[in-house]
Amino acid sequence: MTEQAKLFDLTLTEEQRITREMLKKFSQAQLGAISRSADEAGEAPEGFYNKTTELGLSLIPIPEKVGGAGMPRSPVANMLNAEDLGKGDMSLALGMVTPLAFINTVIDNGTKEQHEAFLSAFIVEEFVPATIALMEPRATFEPTELQTTAKKEGDNYVLNGVKSMVLLGDTAQQILVIAEEDGVAAGYVVPAGTEGLGIENEKNMGLKAVNTSKVTLDNVKVPALNKLGSEEAPFDLQRLLDLSRLGLCAMSLGCAEAMLEYVTVYVNEREAFGEPISHRQSVAFMVANIAIELESMRLMVYRAAARAEQGLDFHREAYLAQVICAEKGMEIGNNGVQLLGGHGFIREHMVELWYRNLRSVGVLEGAACI
Amino acid sequence: MINLELSPGHQNISKMINGMAKSMIRPLARKYDTKEHEKAVELESLAKMIDQMGGSLGGGGKKDKEESGVPQIKNGSQMMGVIGAMEMCWACTGLTLAIPGMGLGNAAIDAVASDEQKERFGKVFAAMAITEPGTGSDSANICTTAALDGDEWVINGEKIFVTDGGQCTHIVVWATLDKSVGKAAIKSFVVPKDAPGLEVVRLEKKMGIRASDTAAITFTNCRIPKDNILGDPTIAKTAEERKKAFGGVMQTFDNTRPAVGAMASGVARAALDMTREILEKEGVSLDYGKRRWNSSALQAEFYSMEADYEAARLLILKAAWLADNKIPNSKEASMCKAKSGRVGSYITLRCVEICSSLGYGEEYLLEKFARDSKILDIFEGTQQIQQLIVARHQLGLSSRELK
Repeated sequence: MTEQAKLFDLTLTEEQRITREMLKKFSQAQLGAISRSADEAGEAPEGFYNKTTELGLSLIPIPEKVGGAGMPRSPVANMLNAEDLGKGDMSLALGMVTPLAFINTVIDNGTKEQHEAFLSAFIVEEFVPATIALMEPRATFEPTELQTTAKKEGDNYVLNGVKSMVLLGDTAQQILVIAEEDGVAAGYVVPAGTEGLGIENEKNMGLKAVNTSKVTLDNVKVPALNKLGSEEAPFDLQRLLDLSRLGLCAMSLGCAEAMLEYVTVYVNEREAFGEPISHRQSVAFMVANIAIELESMRLMVYRAAARAEQGLDFHREAYLAQVICAEKGMEIGNNGVQLLGGHGFIREHMVELWYRNLRSVGVLEGAACI
Repeated sequence: MINLELSPGHQNISKMINGMAKSMIRPLARKYDTKEHEKAVELESLAKMIDQMGGSLGGGGKKDKEESGVPQIKNGSQMMGVIGAMEMCWACTGLTLAIPGMGLGNAAIDAVASDEQKERFGKVFAAMAITEPGTGSDSANICTTAALDGDEWVINGEKIFVTDGGQCTHIVVWATLDKSVGKAAIKSFVVPKDAPGLEVVRLEKKMGIRASDTAAITFTNCRIPKDNILGDPTIAKTAEERKKAFGGVMQTFDNTRPAVGAMASGVARAALDMTREILEKEGVSLDYGKRRWNSSALQAEFYSMEADYEAARLLILKAAWLADNKIPNSKEASMCKAKSGRVGSYITLRCVEICSSLGYGEEYLLEKFARDSKILDIFEGTQQIQQLIVARHQLGLSSRELK
């Protein structure tokens, strides 16, 4: 890096600026505009995901040899994309980047042979769903203490366990199941339709526009080639967790931004006692605190992503980014609804949807790997 | 290019200042907390060292070199100022405030004095006197008057809460030329401590920052030279000009608020560092291993505090970065002050509680940190004033609409 590049700096590169401009428009027109109807329908409208392929998100990091663009991975660029898409709608944004999370994790942990085997399916015009199955249905779920197991049997691995909150689980062509073999976690690529694989749709408080599934693995057999991670090059679960936290946190930034803009307009327009309610400190200070905590969240996420991009250790920063985005993001969701009073509770306004979606930041793990 | 790490140069300076603060300030922290109002003579050699380094709190110090050609991103004197404040207050907030030549008055002189005045006042130890018995946050309402009599200004009034008012050599006094005109008539004056009519009437006894004195000062027909006024001596005629004039005075705060935020951030980190040390000695690991709710209550709370601390620190760095790059930062200055002020109080108080009798007792400094931090959420604009400023910016409201 040049001396200039080593300075504390918050300016976007020219490329990032142009991409953001484009993505913000896309997000508003393609995600924001259908956010409410998709939430009500409990799914993305027909053709939505195919429309998103024009952005080429999935193809960008796939190695040229496999047929992708082979661009160097940029956690900062991916984080900015997630922020902009999250502003339109968090659940649709999650659905859009779910295959990318799969792809990134295969690139991070796979051999060249595995890149070829699992990534060539993405070199098409259409949207190809693929996903990661990490979470398990327990209150005390801990990513490093998995109950899903893998056992070597001959040339195969046999997987057993139950996974929850698997995004796009119903349509995914490949599922990267994170399981433990003798206490060591690794990823196992399970093609859709494999015998013993059970997919059941879940319903959640929010994130309704994206499918999440409960995935059961009952003696599911996959070839040894499908295991990502070996003794020499162990599967990097921490990196998957940290980058996923950043992806989700970045989306929560977008969602909180949308909230701030919405309540700013609302409290200036809404009148009570003969003047806009924004003229009251109890209202205005809540808005001020939304602005302050949103900026807090943003700088934490940006810092962690920038460290990831520079190859610096970023586990602590990603962990703390999730802590603050879960905590303050939810506070913003909560106060956003409060500022609209009873109207905030009615599904006519977006704030209750954002409230429901923002709760996911402290819940979802291992999904939006950027 | 987005990068939120300090530059390698600033990382080094930060380490250097921390080393100095650790060896020269921290060992004195308890002593001068106990011996309230006693002059910390050891600080004089420290002040000389800082002066040689060209540093000062409140973003003063050496001016950044103007470069020609393409505007380049800068990490300059503002960034340096907040880094310095963080590291010094990590050692002791009270003593940091008592370092000669680093008063808020110095920051004001740096910000608005003419070259000739900087020549005269560049090396003095200047306190800042704004607050009066009947005026706090509403600084536009001050009653101290200044009237021109021949070649001298005659100042009358009473100032309280003057940080370093006892030890300083000069005081930057806010006074009005004509109360009926309002904000536009408020000017600041550099008053030497030995000016006739100036009297330090008492030093306050405080909960914290006891190493730094807080004075009440009266001005009775106090006379100072005509050219000791900072800025334009005339009262602006149009409403537009008047707004601008007071805005200019208030702009000093855009530099000093991040500095005070930085002080809160410094004392918060001191408490976190000490708490971590104590806890690890007792076998508590703080390694961000498990998800927050699978961690112990103690770990979970510690992680929350660290997240808030880091966020406040980044808000401060952003406000300073904006100032260094000549981007308006009034909103961000208030944001960082609001966040740091409340986080500073929260963290230092929680660390006392977490460490139980070790936290509450005077053997460690945790209880002192918790007493010192409170003022940082009050002076240089209270939490509520910062929220008011942020809210007006965010909502696009005037001070008449959002009172």
